[in-house]
Amino acid sequence: MTKESSPPAPPSPKASPVDVEHLAHLYRQMFLIRRVEEESARAYATGKIGGFLHLYIGQEAVGVGAIAALRPDDSVVTTYRDHGIALAKGMSARSLLAELWGKKTGCSQGLGGSMHLFDKEHNMLGGYGIVGGHIPLACGVAFAAKYQGQDRVTLCFFGEGAVSIGGFHEGLSLAALWKLPIVFICENNEYAMGTPLSRTLSVEDVSLKADAYGMARDRFVADDVLEVQARVGAAVERARKEQAPTLVEMRTYRFRGHSMSDPAKYRTQTELDEHKQRDPMTRARERLLTLEYKEGRISALERSVEEEVADAVKFADESPEPDTSVLAPTTYDGAFAY
Amino acid sequence: MPQLNMVQAINDALALEMARDDRVVVLGEDVAKVGGVFRVTQGLYERFGEERVIDTPLAENGIIGSAIGMALYGLVPIAEIQFADFIFPAYDQIVSELAKIRYRSGGEYTAKLVIRVPVGGGIRGGLYHSQSPESLFIHVAGLKVVAPATPADAKGLLLASIRDPDPVLFFEPKRVYRAAKGEVPDGDYEIPLGKAKVVREGKHVTVIAWGAMLYEAIAAADEAIKAGVECEVIDLRTLWPVDIDTIEGSVKKTGRVVVVHEAPRSCGFGAELIALINERAFLHLEAPPKRVTGFDTPFPYQLEMDYLPLAHRILPAVLETAQF
Repeated sequence: MTKESSPPAPPSPKASPVDVEHLAHLYRQMFLIRRVEEESARAYATGKIGGFLHLYIGQEAVGVGAIAALRPDDSVVTTYRDHGIALAKGMSARSLLAELWGKKTGCSQGLGGSMHLFDKEHNMLGGYGIVGGHIPLACGVAFAAKYQGQDRVTLCFFGEGAVSIGGFHEGLSLAALWKLPIVFICENNEYAMGTPLSRTLSVEDVSLKADAYGMARDRFVADDVLEVQARVGAAVERARKEQAPTLVEMRTYRFRGHSMSDPAKYRTQTELDEHKQRDPMTRARERLLTLEYKEGRISALERSVEEEVADAVKFADESPEPDTSVLAPTTYDGAFAY
Repeated sequence: MPQLNMVQAINDALALEMARDDRVVVLGEDVAKVGGVFRVTQGLYERFGEERVIDTPLAENGIIGSAIGMALYGLVPIAEIQFADFIFPAYDQIVSELAKIRYRSGGEYTAKLVIRVPVGGGIRGGLYHSQSPESLFIHVAGLKVVAPATPADAKGLLLASIRDPDPVLFFEPKRVYRAAKGEVPDGDYEIPLGKAKVVREGKHVTVIAWGAMLYEAIAAADEAIKAGVECEVIDLRTLWPVDIDTIEGSVKKTGRVVVVHEAPRSCGFGAELIALINERAFLHLEAPPKRVTGFDTPFPYQLEMDYLPLAHRILPAVLETAQF
């Protein structure tokens, strides 16, 4: 195993011809996530959303590209920064926003909120609020699929901040030991909350952790949504065909703070601007134009997203709130309380 | 009916359910080839194979975390934590994830699994192999907590726990793993969760216990009779949901109650039980409720028999309560 930071044998997706309609579909998903997040930020500012809100803006290419490599019956488990992942996996904007608004029509009846989305129908098995705790849990999901003789794959997302916690290591250890059909995706956005990578990790190349577990790895900058799909796709195939896990580290960047209450003063405006200039969503749009996907078609697509988001906001606004009668039956099977 | 000890009875339940339901898997440290540190899972690996009886790394967070994922995806995992004292690396998984799956999925999913946990003192295990942390789990909404005292109950309660739609912490009193023997019915039967058992009727003092301390409560009751005090001894069997109706009925009859547990006194389950009794039967009480418990200290090695609320400590509490 090499100690080089460049991973072995990366695929070369750019060599294959680009399916323009597919790229347009991915662009639409990224734009939808961006717009939903912007609306969420606005709703947070006006008090419609309470508590904590962690936005996915800037990281869209990771979730959209990775999930594009999945089948609908594959499972996804992720962190509290879960809105984009849920939308990419198929959750409707209505279901998502109603949950953020704390409404009965939300994906979890308004019981979970932003950090704890859940969508059984789309095999989105949760956003988890405790850093790293969901990594062994995702291994259990992959184990169950394998045990049941299915060829379903589990994607497990986490940030580089989770790499220092025990659950990450216990999860990777089990996945390699049990030869699980799982892909671990480290969304390395350079900051563990407010502390930069260089001050939280002794070895900044997260993908190297895979070597210690005898696991395949990959590492790249997630600027190009199609490249994300292709490289995660290779790992997904490895999981599906060989029952072998992979650790994929993607360098990405969040344009907003850790949460809405974080002004992100720990980084410079210059650094942020540089990343915004490389915005993967804008790059996908420009790529579409170079591939003769006309401005008019892109605008139409963006308008359809605006309509979808406006509809979801209206739906969330008008939906009823849950009442306390929902609490007991969602705590135990058969209510009991003293 | 065969005479079995608790280890055999639990093993019987595990084998029975694994044969009946191929979604059931057993995982934990040394549970497969070794058959568990207390040999509770002995023979399962040979009978059901390595896919279903799984030796794990020494990684409790990983064991319980992966068991939760298995349950989410339709399996019925039975995880063994080798000693209750080792459960704390998994406490995060149990409290943060396991207990909340049903709630946070809006009732769509449950995490149907059992965590088997040898618990309590009496084997000179000292501070890391003796504790009774049941109240730390009872306090967490979403978990059920079971604590059998007899082989027959252990088998029936375990079968009910495995089939229960909620996550269950199943605390096995290791002090009486082999000492507690009794007739255990053959084949399939369940002891319903949430039902206590009056193991001895009496009219003067209600004594509530569970797990290994049930035998101490009975021994104290035997002695109390010599002083003319008839104890009604209740084996709680399930700690949560607690069978408050049985407790209430008994206390209203006797007007006096003593609660016995191994765990430290402060914020132990006895505190909650006495609060419930006060709420439900205050005007029937003839004496202040009493607790006989472990100390508010780490579990001691050499002073183990002083720490445990054994019969010689229960008896004076019973007599004092009777004579108040």
